[in-house]
Amino acid sequence: MSIDAAARYAESHEYAKLEGSLVLVGISDHAQEELGDIVFVELPKAGKLLAKGQVFGTVESVKAASDLYMPVSGEVSEVNPALQADAGLVNREPYRKGWMIKVKPSNICDLDALLSAEAYGKSIGEA
Amino acid sequence: MAPFAGYDMPISYPTGAIEEHSITRRAAGLFDIDHMGQFEISGKGADAFVARMVSAKTSDMASPQARYSLLLDEEGLVLDDLFVYKMPGSWWIVVNATNRHADFQWFSAHLTKDVHLADRSDDTYMIAVQGPRALELLERSSGTKVSETGRFCWSNISLGGAPVLFGRTGYTGEDGGELFFPADKALYVWETLLARGLSFGIETMPIGLAARDSLRFEAGMPLHGHEISPSINAIEAGFRWACDFGKDFIGKQALLSLIEAGPARRLVGIEVEGGVPREGYEVIDRDGVVIGRCVAGMYCPTVKKYAANAFVLKEFAKEGQPLEVRIRGQGRTARVVKRPLYIPAYRR
Repeated sequence: MSIDAAARYAESHEYAKLEGSLVLVGISDHAQEELGDIVFVELPKAGKLLAKGQVFGTVESVKAASDLYMPVSGEVSEVNPALQADAGLVNREPYRKGWMIKVKPSNICDLDALLSAEAYGKSIGEA
Repeated sequence: MAPFAGYDMPISYPTGAIEEHSITRRAAGLFDIDHMGQFEISGKGADAFVARMVSAKTSDMASPQARYSLLLDEEGLVLDDLFVYKMPGSWWIVVNATNRHADFQWFSAHLTKDVHLADRSDDTYMIAVQGPRALELLERSSGTKVSETGRFCWSNISLGGAPVLFGRTGYTGEDGGELFFPADKALYVWETLLARGLSFGIETMPIGLAARDSLRFEAGMPLHGHEISPSINAIEAGFRWACDFGKDFIGKQALLSLIEAGPARRLVGIEVEGGVPREGYEVIDRDGVVIGRCVAGMYCPTVKKYAANAFVLKEFAKEGQPLEVRIRGQGRTARVVKRPLYIPAYRR
């Protein structure tokens, strides 16, 4: 189990990582492990405006479908095209090739309201 | 994201559901299926009793044969599906876990004086060994040529000294078998098979419920409570082949009427684009009218498709029929496809 120290986390297990002026969003390693094999990811179209806490997509594992929530408000500027062909990237590389969307944040302070890597680790019972 | 819980059996082992599916298709998978129930039927009237209770032909069966059958009520609805084993001097009926008690009551209620019925489920353990290398694993582990046991037949073997009845059947579309043995040998047999797999260089892994479901789904095998159930009749589910209309059996008259009238709905396979179809999802026509409902659906790892089984109005049951499946409120492109998606080993 890994926690990307450079990212911040929502209690619903999405991570948000600042990359230049954009926020990279995906789900944590803990989340992908809990979900099991991921077989489909449904994501919004680029250009969509979404508020923090709104559903931006769905991740379908072998077991069930789960909603994905915006960790920050903003405009979806890019969607990971690789997940269409290989949703398993979310299992294998949640913080890297398994990212889901890039968001142009409307309020950068949203990031501060998220859990730090350390706090997130504690919340999921990691030392 | 919501956690998924409430099961007593592993949905998947640490291997992961999709890899477990693939291992079963390429090597050997071990399935803990002790939850299956086993009834023994004996006595002078046993042959006639079994013939009347189950849908399949049994009069031509001799030891060591086994056969798939349905258990129907008077209306032709499917109480369960089962495997009927002909033993020397008795019959062995293998039923689904969830239906064990209801099935036993059903058999008991129809019992005649010269028939003895016993529930052997608690004394009997069951493990399935499935996959293209399953027979090799069993052969080398038991020192018995299990490949000489015909398909849908059984034989007695010994695994590490434990007496095992090997039935060459399964629920994955692969070759292999189902093992019956005394319950106190469960862990021993399980660990013996895993250890032998390792030492023989035959990839052998435990397989959880999720992969079991995707394996059976691809191979076109029904799961009671989904493709068949007490609210589904054998004809609409496509099980005419498992019914012997040359004999009398419970449900026969109802099925004959259903055949004559033609079923209003049919079980079909549906392939979907842009989402995972799941149980309960609506099937709609191009105008958005609901014309059916999915009874099972998933990602199929071997054929790499998103597919469902659904009951649809018979006008929509033709292969190639364009449809939509409603996934989270949105109609997704779908079409009726030929079942099964994966041809089982015994038909190849």
